[in-house]
Amino acid sequence: MATSTPDRPLVEMRDVHKSFGALEVLKGIWLNVVKREVICIIGPSGSGKSTLLRCVNALVPIDSGSIRVEGQEVNDPNLDKLALRRKVGMVFQQYNLFPHRTALENIMMAPIHVLKRDRAEVEEQARALIRKVRLEGKEQSYPGELSGGQQQRIAIARSLAMNPDVMLFDEVTAALDPETVKDVLVTIRQLTEEGMTCMIVTHEMGFAREVADQIYFTDRGILVEHGPPKEFFAHPRDPRTRQFLEQIL
Amino acid sequence: MTCARTTDLPVLLGARKPKPSSSGGLRLSAWHGFALAAALLLFSAAADAAAGPDVASIPATIWKWTPLLAQGFALNIAISFLAMAIGTVAGVPLGLAQISLLPPIRTSSWFVTQFFRNSPWLVLLFYCMLLLPFQVQIGGTTIPLPGWFKSTIGLSLPVMANVSELVRGAVRSIPYGQWEAAESLAYTRRQTLWLIILPQCVKRITPPWMNLYAILTTSTPLCAVVGVAEAMTLTGNILNAEGRTDLLIPMYLYLLLWFFAYCYPIARATIALEKRFQVR
Repeated sequence: MATSTPDRPLVEMRDVHKSFGALEVLKGIWLNVVKREVICIIGPSGSGKSTLLRCVNALVPIDSGSIRVEGQEVNDPNLDKLALRRKVGMVFQQYNLFPHRTALENIMMAPIHVLKRDRAEVEEQARALIRKVRLEGKEQSYPGELSGGQQQRIAIARSLAMNPDVMLFDEVTAALDPETVKDVLVTIRQLTEEGMTCMIVTHEMGFAREVADQIYFTDRGILVEHGPPKEFFAHPRDPRTRQFLEQIL
Repeated sequence: MTCARTTDLPVLLGARKPKPSSSGGLRLSAWHGFALAAALLLFSAAADAAAGPDVASIPATIWKWTPLLAQGFALNIAISFLAMAIGTVAGVPLGLAQISLLPPIRTSSWFVTQFFRNSPWLVLLFYCMLLLPFQVQIGGTTIPLPGWFKSTIGLSLPVMANVSELVRGAVRSIPYGQWEAAESLAYTRRQTLWLIILPQCVKRITPPWMNLYAILTTSTPLCAVVGVAEAMTLTGNILNAEGRTDLLIPMYLYLLLWFFAYCYPIARATIALEKRFQVR
């Protein structure tokens, strides 16, 4: 298996197309993410942001084009999806914690069942992850007993327990109360500072400006433009970007 | 609820809370039990008053036959237990087959489920009585198949189909995000089903499953039609032996009371479980 070299992108999308029935959601996406890079994808609702992320870990199969994760072709019928998903972590808007298991168990389940790792070792890591997301004392709480922000941080910890190479965040603060958004963003920023490669779909412009190396703007299934945050927000080139930023800033 | 009464606006009417008892039509209440007991006393007293002093009183007669009736009722319970067990053991895999990714398995299990779910229980009972042999030979040993066992199989078929639908419905009711989350954590479909989806289904299935059991129990007297010596059959025999028309109504009321005493606690427990599961 090819490992990524500094010049080789960790995630490489080339001319990716995806339709749901008659609706073409992705109309040729080109995108590169190198190791330790943080990209934020912004754009109006329905512009294909979430679908784009779901293609990276093969939750959504693409129609044509190429996606490579660490050199491995995702759009390959013989793809080992499980091997791919061990490398790619994903956090969802609705947290999707397993409600019948405690916070600690939620984090420990996949490493034990999927990676067949030793239970004691996994538990040690899981407790460290709970400390990392600053939720000590919530180990034995069930998801239903946690606030949205707390659930989302457990979901991040659950994903990190698989030791992924790249993390996908799909509007992870969109369903949260405003006062809990900050805690989740702090957790993600900490990850980016530690060098985690991240692809973040978000509506939090301030946050995107702060953490992103590159901002990508999507509209109607294409990436309209991208650039470093300062440049992107100060001098948007495309009229669609300008219009979008005017509406939200 | 109040707004529903004070407005005609469909928007507000739509916000009405659904009734908690979603899994069945009529629910047993304590009131039904009191009504039964009261009717039993009333008819007994009336019959006793009409009869002369030389015949045994109704309560005494009923009491005399109670041990025999209890025996018959025990068979009803045994049939209900066994039919529920067989129906559940067969129904769970059938329900899982209904969500299979393989179209032939999905379609055939759907057909089996619909066939047995929409057949009258009595018809299935007759079919099993007539189609199953009275004994089977395995190797050199002959295993007799008594009538009560054949009718148990007959009753377990609709139970199987109903359990199958419960399983399918419960799996479908789990939010899709649970599948997505498990998939993105590299779980296989089988692991997702057994470790994440089905454990959540158990909670959802338990109340309707208990409801199904209560319905099954109250359906066991159907076996009387095919000659199984359960409580209903025995009640008929007792009435024949006594040859008293004034015993007819009290005796059947007494039998009803037995079923009520057995099923009412189940109904209460089902409601309690439903309430508890609703909160989370």
